[in-house]
Amino acid sequence: MAGIVGYGAHVPRYRIKVEEIAKVWDEDAKSIKNGLNITEKSVPSHDEDAATIATEAGRRAVHHAGIDPKEIGAIYVGSESHPYAVKPTATVVSQAIGAGNNLTAADLEFACKAGTAGLQMLMGMTDSGMIKYGMSIGSDTSQGRPGDALEYTASAGGAAFIVGKEKKEVIAEILATASYTSDTPDFWRREGAMYPSHGGRFTGEPAYFKHIISATKLLFEKTGLKPEDFAFAVFHQPNGKFPLVVSKKLGFAEHQVQDGLLTPKIGNTYSGASMLGLAAVLDKAKPGDKILVTSFGSGAGSDSFAIEAKEPIIEKRERLAKVEDIINKNKIYVDYSVYLKNRNSIVKN
Amino acid sequence: MERASASLWRRINERYNLVGNKCENCGRIYFPKRIVCRQCGRKTKMTETKLSGNGKVYAVTKIRVPAQAFKDSAPYTVAVVELEEGPRVEGHVVDAGNGEVKIGTKVHSVFRKMHADGEEGLIYYHFKFEPV
Repeated sequence: MAGIVGYGAHVPRYRIKVEEIAKVWDEDAKSIKNGLNITEKSVPSHDEDAATIATEAGRRAVHHAGIDPKEIGAIYVGSESHPYAVKPTATVVSQAIGAGNNLTAADLEFACKAGTAGLQMLMGMTDSGMIKYGMSIGSDTSQGRPGDALEYTASAGGAAFIVGKEKKEVIAEILATASYTSDTPDFWRREGAMYPSHGGRFTGEPAYFKHIISATKLLFEKTGLKPEDFAFAVFHQPNGKFPLVVSKKLGFAEHQVQDGLLTPKIGNTYSGASMLGLAAVLDKAKPGDKILVTSFGSGAGSDSFAIEAKEPIIEKRERLAKVEDIINKNKIYVDYSVYLKNRNSIVKN
Repeated sequence: MERASASLWRRINERYNLVGNKCENCGRIYFPKRIVCRQCGRKTKMTETKLSGNGKVYAVTKIRVPAQAFKDSAPYTVAVVELEEGPRVEGHVVDAGNGEVKIGTKVHSVFRKMHADGEEGLIYYHFKFEPV
């Protein structure tokens, strides 16, 4: 059965604190921090984009898996900030991680959940024997309009997962997956538009909560598993508050969610968010631990997965770059003007 | 534009993955690749080799008056990095924060955007270096 044979993460070093953004718009930093449960967010360097973040995560995943990248038969990159409208991020990544040319590749977009849609595609391809290994990446340098509530959370980061099915290589088996999808206009960005638009409070109940709860319940029905069967639960995290609320509604305790909740420290990495959360809990999982992951992409849909850590997770952990170390290592704090420069938002002409 | 596409395509492996070559006759490693080994001449026997990207700064400077292609990056740090395999490679050093990049600073390679041909042209990706 298909499972994860390796994974890698990347989060840019730059950070901006909520206070720094609130100062510019004369808002109350304390109430924003409490309301969104976020203290700071990651900021890409001026020379980082979804392709470079995906590549760094992909290279770490290849190293962790200990495989020859030329054996990867499919690469999918999920993002809503692909550098080109036409020319795949996935081909840049495949070349840069040293994969060969005998593979299929494509860019995926489904707001914040395209990376987990890629994982589902790879499950089918590996289980059917069509490929030996496949890589799915969620990577974003997300956009938030200056002055909009999104500006406090929209950040940058990504995670890459290699799927295979050799028992001795699988660090975590994917036991089952279930999805829930509907045409819900909660958040969108039109072709050519710089920043996304959203429906404000409409992004909550009919969008995030309805889809995550529905997909997770479908998974429970399919597997017979219950919240108490899981050591860890990871949910899409557009802010630090929603995952705590949705987990409570589903019957999970806070201790099951904490290890995979990264948004309070790095913001919402969009396509990277639930996948970075999964990487963070795999860093800590013991063989036999079950992990629930439910992503959410606006527009809207959720993919839910039941995953079980296996014995090779211990042996492979020594060559792993842990998410916690990547996040905390050599942070560089910037003020709002450097933040704008890094985002290439200063008009020079 | 056509010329830019072809020249980018020819050098992708070098630029993305620090792929140089090694003379199997004397063991000397070159980056960028050479057709003929400087030491071995006619006995040259070159094979491709991927470099680790680990090294230390051999020489360093800060560019404040940039070439047109790098105007959005200025000011930026450029160093000659001595790789652990031997070759000295020129590259940008990024994300040093407040830490000074000086001779002897340990670095490793990262994958970044180098520049873009305006708003509509190609994006050029390249290795750069980051302090360890």
